[in-house]
This record gives sequence, structure tokens and C-alpha cells, in this order.
Amino acid sequence: MSNLMTWVSACKIDDIEQEGALRFDHAGRTYAIYRGPDDSVYCTAGLCTHEAIHLAEGLVMDFEVECPKHSGAFDYRTGEALRLPACENLRTYPAEVIDGEVRVALG
Amino acid sequence: MGGIVIIGAGECGTRAAFALRKAGISDAITLVGSEPYLPYERPPLSKPVDGAVQLKPICGAQALEASAIDYLQGVSASRLETESRTVTLTDGRVLTYEKLLLAAGARTRRLTCRGAEHALAFRTYADAAAIFSHAEAGKSVAIVGGGLIGMELAAVLRSKRVAVNIIEAAPTPLGRAVPPRFAARLHARHVDEGVQFYLGRGIAEITDDAVYLADSGLVLADLVVAAIGVQPDMALAEAAGLATGNGVLVDHFLRTSNPDIFAAGDCAAISLSCGGHIRFESWRNARSQAETAARNMAGGNDAFVALPWFWSDQYDLGLQVAGLPQPAHQSVVRCLADGELEFYLDGGRLVAAAGLGVGNAIAKDIKLAEMLIAAGVDVDAAALGDPDVNLKTLLKSARAA
Repeated sequence: MSNLMTWVSACKIDDIEQEGALRFDHAGRTYAIYRGPDDSVYCTAGLCTHEAIHLAEGLVMDFEVECPKHSGAFDYRTGEALRLPACENLRTYPAEVIDGEVRVALG
Repeated sequence: MGGIVIIGAGECGTRAAFALRKAGISDAITLVGSEPYLPYERPPLSKPVDGAVQLKPICGAQALEASAIDYLQGVSASRLETESRTVTLTDGRVLTYEKLLLAAGARTRRLTCRGAEHALAFRTYADAAAIFSHAEAGKSVAIVGGGLIGMELAAVLRSKRVAVNIIEAAPTPLGRAVPPRFAARLHARHVDEGVQFYLGRGIAEITDDAVYLADSGLVLADLVVAAIGVQPDMALAEAAGLATGNGVLVDHFLRTSNPDIFAAGDCAAISLSCGGHIRFESWRNARSQAETAARNMAGGNDAFVALPWFWSDQYDLGLQVAGLPQPAHQSVVRCLADGELEFYLDGGRLVAAAGLGVGNAIAKDIKLAEMLIAAGVDVDAAALGDPDVNLKTLLKSARAA
């Protein structure tokens, strides 16, 4: 299995609310891209690990995103599941901002 | 010697078992469930995937084993004796407890009209499997009861092109739990989707192919489902002499009238500071009461304070209600691109919020509203109604104040 990551241009940082998230679909998969309160950016798998709910529709507070349906919560920097019913961590992907453009490394 | 015995292995009982371990309980924990499966989630029952009803376990057998939870499936408790601290099971076994949690949930209310046995109930995996095995395009279903469960079922059946008739005794559907504004919107949506409503109508008789209405008229149906609500399962508690009313009565700490017995979830009626008791029938309540009861059974002293909250999905719309909206509250409406929110104020304080929107469009704002309600601050009504004012900003200024 190849572990090659491909950097993909996802959006502009201004497309994401500060302390907010944006859904990003690419190559048949869905991701969530976050802009932290300090304008840092992060990327995780797009669906909650408890049920297939898009996390980008959930509330972002500090570095935590909460599933909009069952209130499971994750630290989006590390993907760590913080609150039940989510118990499985989220996969994370590298993200960076270059000239206002958000790029994420998927693979 | 005993350990902890939990009666009922639904969302509440199962959650409590794990929460007890987390609270440091090292005694034996026995979880007694009447259904012949691993503990499973009920919300997915109304949402079959590719026609098949999902049995989504709350936890795997391994998780139960890893937490040393002794799960007895397919048996229920038939007798509780508080003097000897024993519970007798339907298979004859007798369990001794140090502390007992009643999390037996609720049972569907049954129709009492002639032919009521023709109507299927809708609560368990077996119920859902029976209903959806008949739900083929072109068939016709009559749902008795236009509450949340009846309306959710109607939406799923319409998506399968099943003809749906809803017969409701009240003049409008969703009158009990949903604020009128959103009840009307959902009702209209169901009409647009082709659901036939028979409102303000009682039932005289059900046969194998029709429902006869009380004041003449009939509704032809291949299948009849009764969705007229649930009753708390409190037979065990009543027979054992515990205080009961509309549920097993508990104080703020979820203790029953016997100090070694707790109750939580659908079967528990919790005391209100203004008098009386209130019982909640929601997924979140089952979980949060389980967690409070577990901490208190482990020696804690936590009052249960969680705000009531529930959701309902119908077609592509998602409804959420937090708190208990009352007609006397001041109402403030906020319009969003994909939905609408209504806030309820009591003397300037935000006490409840509800929203209806496409998918989870209103979820974030309802969550923020919950935090504003918990903060217990006065909120500017104009700001609540203004979609350009971010609720997060209101929350941050309330917390800073």
C-alpha cells in the first residue's frame, strides 16, 4: 500500500469562518477543514466516527468540533475523540495556508 | 454480597453500566436486557438503509467484557424485593444487589378499539423489522398517531413510495412536543409529500384491511401502525412499593423512594423544584440521566440539571428543540438561509430554543442557544432575531460579563 500524500488546493482561508469549519469533498471522499481561533488550519476526515454525520456542520469552539447530531466531540488538531458517543479517533491530514490558499495533504 | 444490578439494557442502562466503571465502581455490574440482542440504538430503527432495518449496537460484546459488565440478554425482571435486596428474573435466577438502577424504559401505548390487535407497535428492532418487511412501493399504511414517531415513520414510508394515512385524535399533528410554528411547517411538508391526514378523528375498529373512523368513514390500509406514545415501564417498582406516578418517582439525584434504588431514562419521573415530576422520552435524556445516576450510585451527589433536548428528522428536514417552550414565552424568530430558529424568552431570559432546517442547518445555533440558556443571562431580543449577529459572539460577551 502506498502512503504517498498528495497536496490538494481546497479553498481560501477566508471561505472558512474564524473558529469554524468547511466541508471539502475530493475524489469521492469527504473532509472537514477547520480554521482555529488563531487562524491556524487543520483537516480531518469529514464524517463523525459514530455515525455518518458531516462534522463541518457542527459547532467549533476553540480547538473542538462537536457533531451536530449526537454531540460527540473531537479535538480537530489531533483527531482525538473527546466525548461520547464518539469513541474512535478521527483521521487527520496535514494542512497549510500559502498566500491565503488552504492546501491539504490527502492520501 | 451484591454488586450493582441494572434493569434495562437500552441507551440508559447500557450507558449507566459503563459510566459506573468510569466512576470507579469495581463491584460486579449486571445488566439485564429483555431483548435477545446486544444493547442497540433505537434512533436508527426508523431509518432503514437500502430497505434493511439496522441493528446498531451501542457497544460490542468485547467492550462489555473489557469493562467486566455481565450482560444477561433476553430476560427481564419479574420481581423486586427491597427487604432482601433481590431481583428475580423471568428465567428463575435471583440476583442480589447492593444498589439497583431501574432503566426499564417505556412500552408502547396500545389502542383499545375493536380489532386493536391488527395494529403493529413501533419501538423495538422486531417491531421495525415487521413494519419495513411490509413497506413496499404501492402498498398503503395507516399510522394511528401524528406525533414525532408517527410523522418520522410517515416520511420514511413516503420515500419508499408507500401510500401513508395519518389518523390523529387532536386537531393538529405534533401538538405535544413541537412548537406550533414548526409543527405547522412539518404538517405542510407531509401534505406536499402526499400524506393523507385525518385530524380530530377517533377510531371505531381496525380490521385486516381498513381502519374504521369513529364518526363514519374508513381508511383502507395494508398495514396499520399504532404510534400513540409510550407509558413508563414501572410495574416492577409499583409491585415493590416504590413511589410511582407518571413514572418511577425520583429526586434531583435520581434516587427513588428507596435510597438504594435509582431510576433513570424513559421510566423515571424526576422531581421539579417548582413541584410535581417530569418525565423525558429522549435519547439524550436517557444518556445524561444514566451518567448522573451512575455517579450518584458511586457515592456522588450530583443533581440532574441537563436541559431537555431532542431532534427529529423528517424528509430532508431536521428539527431540534432545546428546553421546554411554552405559549406564554416571548417568541423571537431568526431566519437563516436553510432554516428558521425560534427563541423563547421568559422575563428577558432565554429559556428555550427550537429550529427547523435542511439537514443539520440549525444544529450549530441550537447548540449555542443551549449554552446561552445554561449561562442564565438576559439576552437582547433584537440581537437574537438578527441573522447577522453571530450567537457565538453573544455567548462570549455573556460569559465575559
